[in-house]
Amino acid sequence: MAVTDVPSQETHGEVDAEELEEIWADAPGVPGFFSTIDHKRIGMRYIYTAFFFFFVSGLMALVMRSQLAAPNNHVVGPETYNQLMTIHGTTMIFLFNTPVLAGFGNYILPLQLGTRDMAFPRLNAFSYWIFVLSGIFFFASFLIGKAPDGGWFGYVPLTDKAFSPGINLDFWGLAIVFVGISTTVGAVNFIVTTFKMRAPGMTINRVPIFVWSILSMAFMVLFAVPAVTLAAGLLELDRLFGTAFVNPHLGGSVLLYQHLFWFWGHPEVYILFVPATGMISMIIPVMARRPLAAYLWVATALIAVAFISFGVWVHHMFATGMPVQAMSFFSAVSLIIVLPSGVQFFAWIATMWKGRVRFTTPMLFGIGFLLIFLLGGITGAMLAVMPFDWQVTDSYFVVAHFHYVLNGAVVFPIFGAIYFWYPKMSGRRLSERWGHISFWLMFVGFNLAFFGMHILGFLGMPRRIATYPSGLGWDDLNMISTIGGFIFAVGTGVTLINWFHARWWGKPAGNDPWDGDSLEWSTTSPPPEYNFASIPVVASRHPLWDQRPLPTASSTGDEATKSLGPEGAEHHETPETTGLDARPQGTLDLPHPTYLPFLLACGIAVFFVGLLIKAILVGVIGAAALVIALTWWAWRTEVDLA
Amino acid sequence: MRGRRAPLALAVVLLTTFVACSTKRSPSIVDPKGSEAHTIAGVWWLMFGLATAVYVIVGGFIIVAAVRGRGTKEGRPSRVRDNTFVWVGGIIVPAVILVVLGAATVHASNSLRKPETNPLRIEVVGKRWWWAVSYPDQKFDTANEVHIPVGRPIEIGLDSDNVIHSFWVPQLGGKVDLIPGQHNVWRFKATKEGTFRGECAEYCGLEHAKMNFLVVAQSAASFDTWALRHQQPQSEPASQLAANGQVVFMRAPCAGCHTIRGTTAHGTIGPDLTDIGSRLTLGANTVPNTEGYLSGWIVNSQTIKPGNLMPPIPLSSNDLQALVAYLRSLK
Repeated sequence: MAVTDVPSQETHGEVDAEELEEIWADAPGVPGFFSTIDHKRIGMRYIYTAFFFFFVSGLMALVMRSQLAAPNNHVVGPETYNQLMTIHGTTMIFLFNTPVLAGFGNYILPLQLGTRDMAFPRLNAFSYWIFVLSGIFFFASFLIGKAPDGGWFGYVPLTDKAFSPGINLDFWGLAIVFVGISTTVGAVNFIVTTFKMRAPGMTINRVPIFVWSILSMAFMVLFAVPAVTLAAGLLELDRLFGTAFVNPHLGGSVLLYQHLFWFWGHPEVYILFVPATGMISMIIPVMARRPLAAYLWVATALIAVAFISFGVWVHHMFATGMPVQAMSFFSAVSLIIVLPSGVQFFAWIATMWKGRVRFTTPMLFGIGFLLIFLLGGITGAMLAVMPFDWQVTDSYFVVAHFHYVLNGAVVFPIFGAIYFWYPKMSGRRLSERWGHISFWLMFVGFNLAFFGMHILGFLGMPRRIATYPSGLGWDDLNMISTIGGFIFAVGTGVTLINWFHARWWGKPAGNDPWDGDSLEWSTTSPPPEYNFASIPVVASRHPLWDQRPLPTASSTGDEATKSLGPEGAEHHETPETTGLDARPQGTLDLPHPTYLPFLLACGIAVFFVGLLIKAILVGVIGAAALVIALTWWAWRTEVDLA
Repeated sequence: MRGRRAPLALAVVLLTTFVACSTKRSPSIVDPKGSEAHTIAGVWWLMFGLATAVYVIVGGFIIVAAVRGRGTKEGRPSRVRDNTFVWVGGIIVPAVILVVLGAATVHASNSLRKPETNPLRIEVVGKRWWWAVSYPDQKFDTANEVHIPVGRPIEIGLDSDNVIHSFWVPQLGGKVDLIPGQHNVWRFKATKEGTFRGECAEYCGLEHAKMNFLVVAQSAASFDTWALRHQQPQSEPASQLAANGQVVFMRAPCAGCHTIRGTTAHGTIGPDLTDIGSRLTLGANTVPNTEGYLSGWIVNSQTIKPGNLMPPIPLSSNDLQALVAYLRSLK
């Protein structure tokens, strides 16, 4: 390696911070808001925007729970209920869970890798703008009273023009295609950043597990999202232009739609779940004060799950009457996918076993996650057992199962991650006391809300019903579930207030409030725009535990290392390193703030609005803006901008 | 720390209690009355045993692991190597359990839904939001109520000419979807007599929640009586009031959508009403089939099941009374 480990942390002080600030800072105010390409600002925006959708969609869930609290209830009618159900599912999957994890990835991943930004910062900004615009596009349906009501899965032919003639379903179908652009672009960015921008010495087996989890997620996104884009795209072609891809009444195939949807749909579960496990794999070792057990096996499990997740989708279709032999294969694979999760699970237990666990709020969410995911995983294995699935699929048992996985095993880690990383993001800590209160409300509320749903499924309550008669033994459990839902909501509200409070009045966090092991804790909280004046040199899987003081690199003057030191930061550069060994290889010029991503995203939004309202002129304007922005983008290389 | 497990332990107790208490009233899958439901309930109890053991043991590990290092500075050492722990707990033990589950899957699915000799064939077509039921060998139609003899193999053909529905009678067995453009068959046997709640289990639009039905499993003899009666066309109305009602039926929009065999009413948009007087419920198991509900349904079914495809039928009170009398006489 051409870098030296002589200049240590202290050399940061010699860099003229004010000068660097000037080089890297966004323009103040509105121009800076629309032109920023800083991964940290974008990451925060992802998180805030996604949480906005989380709370809106959560309120909708409370309305649904109120309706179901008692038999023959009239809080909302079936029409509204079906709309709420559709928006709740679609929003939680597409506009909360997926983007909030992308937000944490965006913020944390470059810091953990020890680099100054993502590989494609402009693409990163573009990805965010697409996300927020597609969210607005989707929610516009609700605001104008034309919310889609085809379910979050949008099965044909119910969603065909014949049975859903209104514009409602077009909002849904086009939004799915629209938001898919954001997810896909983000995935490319994560992959390239992980392979090409790690700090010198961070060989592939020293990469933090969170990064592994984001990498695994990104590969799944790359191969899975095109399928749902195609499903929704074919649906929209049928709806808007009268084609017959998935319209059975014109000879199209209903099951084709389902195959495409679930070919994305099941990997999607892991797209959400895997980064959440990555968060847990960062939190537990830090709180247990020892390295994660079986690191190599956990990393292997994360990659294995990305592959296996593509072989299980038919278990969502066991009741469609396909041949039993064909379905048995998917049944078997759906059982096998338990194993990678088993590896991770016991790695977490082993980590705690030999360590001393600090019961901080992130750790409570971690333990809550373990207890909830254990049950969600067990019921998941049950659902792989085809005959049992015939009974419980599309019943409340499944509703219970996937809320244990997607709420308990994804939202709990996300809340843990807020308490864990927000001090880094803001420089201020959330209140531990209110964190504990929030956790217990959420944990108790969650189990009250969702455990009984397993039993409701056993008692024959089907999914997606807007009301139910009395006398079937469903009343009490539904009431308990509703009460639990409200307790859970209060728990999330406590964290929201805690978060706001910390933003302005939280205790100062310092660089490393948890005594963490990965590189994000080596820089200031919040980190400077350039993250690291001098790039750290890594010689361990846990640089902050094993390498004190943490050495940083300086340039030796050759091409490969010229961006490592403060001079790199002064030239608005970041180092490029080799894929496996992370040896310095070259220098990447980072682009400066630009409106291009925002303009391109707006062009695409206008194009989608044109499709939605079937106005050719609007579509053409959008497409033209898109082409112009893309051309401009391609013309202006990063060097020009620097 | 024990308190942390309490809600879940309590929940497990609740599970058993609720299932035990509620099965009497509920269409419960652990109160099986059919061959498929029996087999699947067996699989469930096996899995329940395994799941409980796994949850208690692994949950115990989590709690112990979390508190074990308390009072120490650096945690307590253990002789078990991390990789050994992860391999045994995360791969070897789960793999053994998964093999058991895999074997149960193969065993159960091989024994279910197999063609048998001399089945009773029934055709069910999913409508929005009700069920058209026909007996092709006996050549008669009905709706929202499926009568079957106990013990005889049943073959239900499932189709849809609109959106996807799913046919589910929890006490008799699992679901089979009704998919436009695809003919599915569900094969099973009822093992006990009784009237079982059936439901549409695939979201099918506005009134999905009120698309239910009943399966009446009866002895072979009483099924034959029932089927024989249905094979006869309706006789002329017995009373003057009913006769007036028949006139109203044919004059009002009713006959355009509904069929009553033996009359000139041949509509196929709504359910066949030939045996409406003997059915237990109205509106696809939405309300009981009483005189009051029947009148209410005719006058404005939209108040009972909003959005269903039957428009309100404005009738004078005399006409309505006669029509109700006529319909209730159709057994």
